[in-house]
Amino acid sequence: MSLARFTVNDTSLRLISALLLLAIWQAASLSDSALLPGPATVLRAAIDDATEGYLLSDLGYTLARVAASFVLAMAAGSAIGMLMGRSRPVDGLFDLWLVLGLNVPALVIIILCYLWIGLNETAAIAAVALNKVAQTAVILREGARSVDPQLLQVADVLRLPWARRMRRAYLPQLYPYFMAATRTGLSLIWKIVLVVELIGRSNGVGFRLGLYFQFFDIANILAYSASFIAIVLAIEGLVIRPLERRLTRWRA
Amino acid sequence: MSALDIAINRKVYRTGGGENVALADLAFTVPQGQFLCIVGPSGCGKTTLLSIVAGLDRDYEGTVAPARPDRIGFVFQTPRLMPWLTARDNVRLALDPPPREEGRAEALLREMNLGGQLDSYPGHLSGGQQRRVALARAFVNEPELLLLDEPFTSLDAPTAQRLRDSLVTLWQRERPTVLFVTHDLREALSLGDRILFLTAGPGRMVLDMPVDLPRPRSPDGSAVEAARKRLLDLYPDLLRGLDTKKDAEDAA
Repeated sequence: MSLARFTVNDTSLRLISALLLLAIWQAASLSDSALLPGPATVLRAAIDDATEGYLLSDLGYTLARVAASFVLAMAAGSAIGMLMGRSRPVDGLFDLWLVLGLNVPALVIIILCYLWIGLNETAAIAAVALNKVAQTAVILREGARSVDPQLLQVADVLRLPWARRMRRAYLPQLYPYFMAATRTGLSLIWKIVLVVELIGRSNGVGFRLGLYFQFFDIANILAYSASFIAIVLAIEGLVIRPLERRLTRWRA
Repeated sequence: MSALDIAINRKVYRTGGGENVALADLAFTVPQGQFLCIVGPSGCGKTTLLSIVAGLDRDYEGTVAPARPDRIGFVFQTPRLMPWLTARDNVRLALDPPPREEGRAEALLREMNLGGQLDSYPGHLSGGQQRRVALARAFVNEPELLLLDEPFTSLDAPTAQRLRDSLVTLWQRERPTVLFVTHDLREALSLGDRILFLTAGPGRMVLDMPVDLPRPRSPDGSAVEAARKRLLDLYPDLLRGLDTKKDAEDAA
């Protein structure tokens, strides 16, 4: 009875879950506050970093890198995936490349990009994008394979011009796959961006985390991590979910 | 559009090892504005014939003139509406350029008693309503040639009859050339100016017959019933397996 009431109210359940996590964190920090600073300490560190430190500019650099590599990876990966899903010869020719792309460790791609292109922004963004391209291509290839030829035939009968055909008949069939690629992409990309920044950049969340690692400054490490996680959650809630609702309105 | 000239020598589907001849030696002319019904058992290539006439299938030996009529309407066996577009937008899809204000699309939908469902998505419409939207989409661009592929199967009898009445009304008003494929002899007799009978495997024409019953007709009316009896007496073997309930159930 009471359980049923909780499941009805999803938001309160989430709130309780978050409070529970904070409570566990607080309790754990009591035993050794040097190894695990409590929530209040971390919040103070975050506020100090934001007002007197580099937190805001670091978040800005990292977000910009995430955005640039995300756009690049989605564009290239979607194009490759759609081509491979549509044409068997293209699929046969490049399937091995995709498997390769999926399995090369992110670190290897990052190091090679820095060595080949140089320790610069281009290399950083290229490395992150390359790490995501194969995954996007695999997801969109699945989507392109599942496209209903009957609806495309309708577009043919109606003599739809190319742009309208894409917008009204073809791409809507791929929306669920775009959303899946966006979700997995975002969570993958921001993690890789931090590694790229740690290795070869002198600003951004990853660079700063590396610095605090050298100082054993756990409060600031947690402050930076929590701030960035909060931003990613906000993007999910304020951008991705509303977008998904809009694209799948017809299913309701 | 002038008369429709069809001369298909051979249409072959290549399967695994062999080939399957779908149509052979099929030649006929349809005068402009004629309502032609094409009757034949399952597998006689009726759907293939419509695909060729619509210009969707160009892999055949023979000629069809005009090769790709400018304005065609096609009603498929299933409604084939875009699930992500509202009823109104599904119909507007056939209009070029896409209209920004209310017009013919809405007028047609209202005429078919869908005035209350203009902004409903296909998933929220009944089977009969979806077929009405499909019919409106086929008619909205004032087609010179209207192709219908067993459009009213799997509907209950009163709904099917209402849709037949709508079709005849629209045809009488705008006079497109109509190719109406069916396996239901009563339906063909109640709709057509003329009926072509095809045999199965490969599809060949076995009878080309004018229908000069006065309109309006009903598939259950005495005139249609008498014509059907006369036909079955004249050609008992020719039409075997056509006019049975079983066929209708198979199609459903």
